[in-house]
Amino acid sequence: MDTRGHAPASLLPRPMRVARVVTEMAGTVTIELEAGAFAFAPGQFVMVSSPGVGEVPISISSDPDDGTPLALTIRAVGATTAVIAAVSEGSWLGIRGPYGTAWPDIPEGDLLLMAGGLGLAPLRGAFLRALRAQERIGRVILLYGTREPGMILFDRELLGWMRQTRAEIHVTVDQAHPGWTGNVGLITTLLERERLDASNTTAFLCGPEVMMRLSARQLAALGVSPSRIHLSLERHMACATAQCGRCQLGPLILCRDGPVVRHSDVGRALGIAEL
Amino acid sequence: MEHDGELRAMGAEALDVLIAALVARGYDVIGPTVRDGAIDLHKIHGMGDLPIGVTDEQEAGRYRLAPRADGAVFGFSNGPSSWKRHLHPPQTRLWHADLSGDRPVYVSDVEAPARPMAFLGVRGCDLAAIAILDTVLAADEHYQARRQNVAVVAINCGQAGATCFCASMGTGPAARSGFDLALTELVGDTKHEFLIETATPLGTSLLAELPTRTATDEDLARAAAILETTRTQMGRTLETAGLKEDIAAAAESPHWQEVAARCLTCGNCTMVCPTCFCTEMEDTSDLTGAHAERWRHWESCFTLDFSYAMGGSVRHSPASRYRQWLTHKLSTWEDQFGTSGCVGCGRCIAWCPVGIDITAEAKALQAEARP
Ligand SMILES: Cc1cc2nc3c(=O)[nH]c(=O)nc-3n(C[C@H](O)[C@H](O)[C@H](O)COP(=O)(O)OP(=O)(O)OC[C@H]3O[C@@H](n4cnc5c(N)ncnc54)[C@H](O)[C@@H]3O)c2cc1C
Ligand code: SF4
Ligand code: SF4
Ligand code: FES
Repeated sequence: MDTRGHAPASLLPRPMRVARVVTEMAGTVTIELEAGAFAFAPGQFVMVSSPGVGEVPISISSDPDDGTPLALTIRAVGATTAVIAAVSEGSWLGIRGPYGTAWPDIPEGDLLLMAGGLGLAPLRGAFLRALRAQERIGRVILLYGTREPGMILFDRELLGWMRQTRAEIHVTVDQAHPGWTGNVGLITTLLERERLDASNTTAFLCGPEVMMRLSARQLAALGVSPSRIHLSLERHMACATAQCGRCQLGPLILCRDGPVVRHSDVGRALGIAEL
Repeated sequence: MEHDGELRAMGAEALDVLIAALVARGYDVIGPTVRDGAIDLHKIHGMGDLPIGVTDEQEAGRYRLAPRADGAVFGFSNGPSSWKRHLHPPQTRLWHADLSGDRPVYVSDVEAPARPMAFLGVRGCDLAAIAILDTVLAADEHYQARRQNVAVVAINCGQAGATCFCASMGTGPAARSGFDLALTELVGDTKHEFLIETATPLGTSLLAELPTRTATDEDLARAAAILETTRTQMGRTLETAGLKEDIAAAAESPHWQEVAARCLTCGNCTMVCPTCFCTEMEDTSDLTGAHAERWRHWESCFTLDFSYAMGGSVRHSPASRYRQWLTHKLSTWEDQFGTSGCVGCGRCIAWCPVGIDITAEAKALQAEARP
């Protein structure tokens, strides 16, 4: 029998003060919290409450290792995220967690990160870890796709990484604006150009499900083992403690068995419509 | 009977003494009672509240009470409510918050009931359902606070319905485990008695207060015969060998579409199911915004809201929602929690407004898998 998640799990949020709010782009902010000692692993998420309004799952976008404040990058898409994204410095949010599985430890060999849109946020901590491990590992490749040049998340930081690190970073947009000289097209077009050493590559994917499905399929076709392709999946989550049943994907309870899962474990499920 | 616990016999009227003994120990006794044309589970005060001389007739999409001449106390099968309603209530306040100061104060509402509950008349299928909830909600503080200190008086089932299939699921008709006392009702022309067996120290100490006599071999033979009769009364069966795998393999079967043509996606089946545990959270606040509460209420995988994420419902079609329900019950529950999610109580069959029958649909899917 599966005994994970059997420790009593409190659904009571902890109040945390908002230290700083950074506007990333229209409708998207990064909120830094006075969280005290808050241990987490990159890829995990927290439940964020605005009491009286609602509670939503949000990935942790801060660096797990450098002692920076707990950071959440949030896009206002609905009733609850709109209120949360509008908080001001000095106000309070309710936090519980961290929950869920993390990205695996930075493996030997080459590491390929593929992010779509806001999916760069949960990958940020893993990318920073990979940079620190670069002496030990092979290539670090970050492919990032987003809708348009104005929607590039962490754009200044990306520029810094491009200039100051050995990581190979490529950005593409779905729709270019006048003045954009970079790549245009789906993220899979970037992948086509990489000469991957497939048998030596581990991939972390986070973004819209269709983007991950296509990318994972392409990676598998290139010869990357499905057990070395890791995806971060999103479903409705109300409890995050494996009690509400909402985040099921076939045999998986994604708040407990995910959000980070191996493609070898979910490939079939993701291929079945409306599962 | 499958237990080595101490076996005694008592007159039917001694049930009143048992109820009084539980009340004297501080319990609220919850048992079957007739409400709104169905046998429901509510607080009872004495034997008179029990459905004496009442039975039920159940078929797919049908439930009706009827009198029975022999005056049996437990001469019916399961009604629409299960013990889930008392252990994992339809609405629970999880916490409240005082937002009037600078720093919000969250206060947990985890609370044991003022008086512990004693469940009277729990059948084998429902004992299994409680054991399943114990596993699924092991980490749920609110469930555990209600569950702790519950006393259980089981009934070895003497009346199965046409919709029952607990024998297939290995959960009944005999009560196997998870009780303090187990009763077997012996109804005859001249005598109306209960066999009573204890399984715990609480059961033994309650037993000591009851006017009982030693059970005879004849009593035991009658009890065994009753269970055998119950087993043959069941109108449904489910072949469990290979079921988990067959249902998992049937994910893309055209049969789901065929069921969806009949299914109203009303969610009745999930509400009456003794193991369906799914919930939604909802926040409320007062006019000033100084006080907020978080509530949890039952939710069903038949609603569109259930799977709402990423800007839409993942399970949009009725076929995908029926597939989620049946597949969770008979297949993926085992991956997630190590047991079947179905105990064979038959409630979903009787309370489906269009009479969709989980055993028939499973059989159709199995037949596709093994033509
Ligand atoms: C594990 C996990 C990690 C997540 N991490 C993050 C994160 O780091 N940052 C972040 O901003 N979000 C993240 N999300 C998504 C976030 O939880 C949802 O956007 C949020 O729950 C929406 O709640 P709401 O009440 O604001 O919107 P709802 O009221 O639920 O939705 C209202 C409107 O928003 C739209 N909508 C809802 N969800 C989405 C969505 N995901 N994308 C696009 N449109 C949507 C709907 O179409 C609808 O019009 C994560 C989700 C999961 C499961
Ligand atoms: S069948 Fe549906 S409502 Fe019942 S436990 Fe499973 S997902 Fe939840
Ligand atoms: S199977 Fe029956 S009870 Fe269940 S949702 Fe469909 S119509 Fe309603
Ligand atoms: S979010 Fe409730 S079970 Fe996963």
